[in-house]
Order: sequence, then structure tokens, then C-alpha cells
Amino acid sequence: MDTAAHAHHHDHHHDHKPGFVQRWLFSTNHKDIGTLYIIFSLVAAFVGIGISFLMRLELQSPGMQIFADGQMWNAYISAHGLIMVFFVIMPALIGGFGNWFVPIMIGAPDMAFPRMNNISFWLIVPAFLLLAASLFVGGGAGAGWTIYPPLSDDTYQTGPAMDLALFALHLAGASSILGAANFITTIFNMRAPGMTLHKMPLFVWSMLVTAFLLLLAVPVLAGAITMLITDRNFGTAFFDPAGGGDPVLFQHLFWFFGHPEVYIMILPAFGIVSHVVSTFSKKPVFGYLGMAYAMVAIGFVGFIVWAHHMFTSGIDVDTRAYFMAATMVIAVPTGIKIFSWIATMWGGSVKLDTPMLFAIGFIFLFTVGGVTGVVLANAGITQILHNTYYVVAHFHYVLSLGAVFGIYCGIYYWLGKMSGRQYPEKLGQIHFWLTFVGVNLTFFPMHFLGNQGMPRRYPDYPDAFWGWNLVASIGSYIAIASFLFFFYVLWVTFTKGARAAANPWGEGATTLEWQVSSPPPFHTFDELPRVR
Amino acid sequence: MRQVIGALRGWAARGTGLLGAGLLAALALSGLLPGVALAQEAAAMVGAPQPWGMGLQASGGPIKDAISEFNALVFWIIVVITIFVAALLVWVIVKYRAEVNPNPSKTSHNTTLEIAWTVVPVLILLVIAIPSFRLIYYQDRAVDAEFTLNVQGRQWYWHYAYPDHGNFTFDSYPVQDDEIRPGQIAKLSVDNPLVIPVGASIRILTTGQDVIHSFFVPSLGVQKYTIPGRTLETWIRADRPGVFYGQCNQICGVNHWFMPIEVRAVPREEFNAWAEQAKTRFAQGLPPELPPSVLAERRAAEQTRLAEARR
Repeated sequence: MDTAAHAHHHDHHHDHKPGFVQRWLFSTNHKDIGTLYIIFSLVAAFVGIGISFLMRLELQSPGMQIFADGQMWNAYISAHGLIMVFFVIMPALIGGFGNWFVPIMIGAPDMAFPRMNNISFWLIVPAFLLLAASLFVGGGAGAGWTIYPPLSDDTYQTGPAMDLALFALHLAGASSILGAANFITTIFNMRAPGMTLHKMPLFVWSMLVTAFLLLLAVPVLAGAITMLITDRNFGTAFFDPAGGGDPVLFQHLFWFFGHPEVYIMILPAFGIVSHVVSTFSKKPVFGYLGMAYAMVAIGFVGFIVWAHHMFTSGIDVDTRAYFMAATMVIAVPTGIKIFSWIATMWGGSVKLDTPMLFAIGFIFLFTVGGVTGVVLANAGITQILHNTYYVVAHFHYVLSLGAVFGIYCGIYYWLGKMSGRQYPEKLGQIHFWLTFVGVNLTFFPMHFLGNQGMPRRYPDYPDAFWGWNLVASIGSYIAIASFLFFFYVLWVTFTKGARAAANPWGEGATTLEWQVSSPPPFHTFDELPRVR
Repeated sequence: MRQVIGALRGWAARGTGLLGAGLLAALALSGLLPGVALAQEAAAMVGAPQPWGMGLQASGGPIKDAISEFNALVFWIIVVITIFVAALLVWVIVKYRAEVNPNPSKTSHNTTLEIAWTVVPVLILLVIAIPSFRLIYYQDRAVDAEFTLNVQGRQWYWHYAYPDHGNFTFDSYPVQDDEIRPGQIAKLSVDNPLVIPVGASIRILTTGQDVIHSFFVPSLGVQKYTIPGRTLETWIRADRPGVFYGQCNQICGVNHWFMPIEVRAVPREEFNAWAEQAKTRFAQGLPPELPPSVLAERRAAEQTRLAEARR
């Protein structure tokens, strides 16, 4: 795509690092902050995946097994959703890989606002602690991750647990908005000479679109939950019909944020997969401009489809028709991306290293999640699939198997670059297959449960749903084992891994991060690279 | 084909080889099942989830028929697309792996191809969209509703009203697990079912009282939130006599999982007689006699249970 005109050579004299506290607590270095985000995300994943383990134990057979009652169940499933979205996927993809590689890829010395970058990270830590605390206060915050009022009102979620969760969302949102402003400023103003927008690597494009989505969507969530907080604590009635408010208004505001949010989680993965597919096919990305503008199109259309989450909330039939049509349009740019990835491989020299396995797995599983999205876009079918396990299967195919495969893909692709040590290839491949089998066994049967009408957020169910729930639980244990195995792979990498070369992937890896050493020096560029 | 599916179901129901149910086989089968469900249609049908069921539930009326028909179209389209993408991936992995093709091409543009994979999906979406629009306008409201039913979700039971039959109202609570009688289904059966006449288009108005619930009966193809401060309209029609189960489908608190819906579709004369006595009985705080066909079914189930116990 683009190559540095001259190979970068750094001067060790300038590469002295600050002390531990200075470096990790008061960090202003984009690579260190990126590392902090990735570590944070892995810690949060332990909690989020741990909760999903409890959920699958509960659902393995009919009857209440381990949860005390429905409220406790509701609190845990809500926490699972919020943790995975705000504290696992977003920090890993945006805060982690975004911070690490956006500046390097555009040839910038660091992010535009390094101190703001630091506060972005340190806002998300207390946010996570507040959310985790909400599980242990009173009955917990059990209104689902969508926190629809009236269920999230003080009448139905008494005590401070819901307020803790809402404040956690506020902090996480502030962190995201600051991060987004930082990325936009960096990408627009700090590109190296010659790095025009149309030469930018696709991962940078994906982060630019993601940052705009965050900047426009998160404030809407902030407004909505602020109104919810004042409804709960200060006697307002924004969402209370008894005071002239409207519960459906909250749904509109939530999904005006919530739908772009799902693209916020998947676009960075699109970027990573583009790089990996190109690198391991030894070919430039096919249809670069189409790929970049497909992401812009997805980002734009993502803002005008929100009410497809509300097909049974009583919106007018003409409105349903519009949102249905708009939603189906998203399939077009998504199809462009899928076919362009395949075309990138076509005629290439394909090597199936672990990152490429995860990338190909991503393409196939995202296709499955995408086509079930087309089913759900049809309000007529969604009339009986809304809120069922079909929806749960759909969004786990695009998130748990899409975004998470993107994260693994990025970790294996860049682990050598970030840590200086290359992961063991065989163990990486075992990890891929274990994960692939586990997650498919978990989530594919959920399509059947949804077709049969099993509602989501149920801790107990009629006996007819037992069979596929048992299969899903067995699959989830495999997936969880694969998550633990991943830590073994990391441990082996850090203790016995071979030293990584500046570019372990060969001629297919063309972006700037492969021109600097592994790991890159503390200050990546002493002088700005020039891009031809 | 039905034998194959029956065999597979039987095999699966015995609980053997759970992991062996290959995902692709499952994918293919889930599309065939709606057809099977229609073929099994009996005099008094049961609209409920089936063990190891994969496709949509059986149809009890025209709305669900329309959904099933359209769903089958979309299903086959997405199966073909998924297989197409999978085949392309397998092809590039086999044909262009590094050992076979050490010298990569440098092709990165092909305008014709790029236009094709933009236009073809648009055409496929049009094929889906046209019947889809027809379906949602059909589902929206009844053309000639015979009467109106008011449905209100409450924590954690359903409150029904028949404004066109003397405005009697009653509450519908789930049957506790230890009180389940023969013929009833745990976590789906209720004490006072919603009774409707076969073949009548019925307007349903949903209202909320405490939090949002969702009135959801898959086999009748209906789902609508019950939202405080709003009145929403939808409709149902059962063309076959029988029982149609559903469950609350919007998180509503502690017992969200335990507020099932049971709809009984009975012949018109039975419905009229039931409604007549329900008016007086519910006013006295007493449950009315269930319609004769429901009672007959329950007696039959009890006799089967007795016969089994004696053996």
C-alpha cells in the first residue's frame, strides 16, 4: 500500500525509558497506553467470560441451578453484556490496537493529545470497578444492557446498584469521547509527509470512521442515561408516562447510540482483517478505495437504522418499512468488504499462519452473522424472532465470533511487534481450532432455540428447549477452555518465544509498523518518515 | 425426507452423540422443518416448542403461515450465499496457498467485478424486500376485526379483557410446576387461558401497567410490547382449533421467565357459550368452565396418564 522511502534507524541514545510509576501510571506514550488498554481488556474479559460460564452452567438444564433468583440472573446477564461491550471489545480494539498502531502507521511520533490519552485510559478503570461493584450492591442492576425504563427506574431497580452502573457508563462514555477526539485530531493533522488520506492503511481508516461514530453516538447515550439518573434520583419524569414522559423515547435515544455502537465494535476488526489478509496473501488489498468508502458508508448508514431494534415497540408500519429497507442496505457495503477480502486472497500466495486463520474464520463467521442480520432486518419475520435466541445467536456471531476473532487476529499479528517475542505457531493454531469449534457449538444451536421461540434473558425454560441448551453449554465450556489456553500461549510466548524480527511476515507486510524494530523504540520516529 | 428427519430427531432425542450433529447438516435441516410441521397438522394442534426443534414453530393461523412462507424464501437465499462464500474461501485456500502458488499476482482492481458485487446484492435484496413489505402491511392490523381483546402485561401475569363481550376481565397466572396436570406443559400452561373462536380475526390492543412486557405467541405469528402510557394494536387469527403457547419476551424483573401465555382456539359455539358464562363467573370472582373441547382433551390426557400408570 505504502512504503517508507527510507528504512528507519533509531538512535539508542534517545531510547531511555522513564521509571515504572512514571511510565505506567502517568503514561503519555501511545504504545504504553495501548499496552495498558490491552491488559485491562484481558482482565475484564476474565470477568465477562467468567459470568458467561455461570450463565451456561445455569442454562445447561431446566430448573434454577446456581442463581438465587431472577433478579440475580438479570443483574449478571446485564453485567456480562456491558462488560463485554464497553470493557473488553472496545478497549482492546480501539484503546489497545488503535493507540498502538494508528500513530505508527501514519508516521506520527505519538497521539495528538498524549495527556488526554492517559485520562481516557484512567477513566475506564474506575468505570469498570463501579460496574463490577453494582453486582454486589442490593439486588444488582438487572434491567438488561439496554436498561429500558420503567424497569430501570427507582421503583423497579431500588438501591444504588443501577446508579453505579449508570455512572460507570458515563465514565466509560467520557473515556470514549476523549479517545475519539484524540484519534480524529491525530489522523487529520499528524500524518507523515506524503501520507494522504487515500494512502492511509485501512486500519487507520477503520479507526477514523470508528472515532466519528463514537463522537456522534456516545453523547446521545450520555444524555439518555443522564435523564434516567434524574428520573431515578431528582424527581423528573422524562420516561415516566405518569408525569408526561415516554418509555419509548428512551428506546429511540438508546438505539441511536446502540446501533452505531455495534459498528464501533466491528469496524476496527474490519481494518485488522484487511491488513492480515493482505499480508498473508502477499498481495495489496483488493479495491482499496472501495474498502475504505464501504466503511464510511457503513458508518453513515449505521446512524439511520436504529429503530430496527424496536419493531415490536409500536412504531408505525410505514416507519417500520423505512427502517427495514435502510437496514437491508447495510448488506451492500458489507458484501463489498467480504468479496474484496476474498479477491485479495485470489491469485495470492496464501500462508495459513494463526493470524490468517483467525482472519479467514472472521470472514466466514461474519458472513453467517451478516446473513442472519438480513433475516432479522425483515420486520415481518422479526415479529416472532425479536428478543429470542435467534437474535442472541446473530449478535454473538458478529461480536463474539466477529469482533473477538478480530482481537485474536490482531494479537497474533502484532504480538511480536508489541512484545518483541513471536508466539509459538503450533500453539496459536491449536488455540484457533479450539476457539472455532467451541464458539460455533455454543452459538449455532441458538438459532434453533430462537426459531422455536425461546426468549432471551431467561434463567429457566420449558423442557423442550433443553437439548440445544445442553449442546450450547458444552460448546461454551470448550470456548472457555480455549480462552484459558490463550493465556498459556501468551505465557509460552513471553518465557520461551523467539525474538521477533522487525518484519517476521515478509514482503506482504507493507505498513510502517514493520519498518521499525520489534518492539519499536520508546520514541518510534526520531525524524518523520516520508511516504511515497 | 421426513423419515430422515424423524430418524435424526429420534436419535437425537435418545441423547446419544450430541456433538455429532454436524453444523452444516443442522443448517440444511432447519430449513426443511417448517414444511414438516405443516404436514403434521392435526385436528387440534399444539403450538409449542418441540424438543430438538430447529425451524419455526408450527403455524396456527394465516399470519404465521405468511411469516413461515417468507422465512423459507429468505432462508434459502442466505443458505446459498453462505455456501457461496464458504466455497470461495475453500477455493482460494486450496488453489492459492503458498506451496501451490508461490508467485502472487499484483491485481488490486477490477471495475467490472466490483460493480457486479455491488449490483447483485442489491438485486437479491429487492427480491427479499418486495414480499417483505407485503408481509408487514398484512401483519399490521386486521382488515375486518370481529372483536377486540385487551392485553395487559403485569409483573408477573397477564390481564385480559373482552370489551365486546360485556367487558369481563380476568388474570392469567402460570401453573406452578408441582400443580401441572396431564396434558399441561410446565412453564407454559396457565390457570385461565385466553379463549378465542377459530377463524375470527381479532384486534388486540396492548397496554402496560408497571414495566414493559411483550405479548409473544410464536405459533400465531404475533408479538407486541405492552408499554405503560401507550396503546398498541396488532391482531391474531387462529385457523385451526388448538392451544398456542407463548412467553413474556421483554425483560421485566425477577419472574420474567415465568409469565407464560396460553391461547385456546375453540369452535365458535363453544366460544360464545364460554364468553357468556365467563361474564358472570369472573364477575363473581370464579373461573368459568373451560370450553367442552378443552375439557375433553384434558380428560383424554388424564385417561392416558391413568392407563400408563396401570401398566
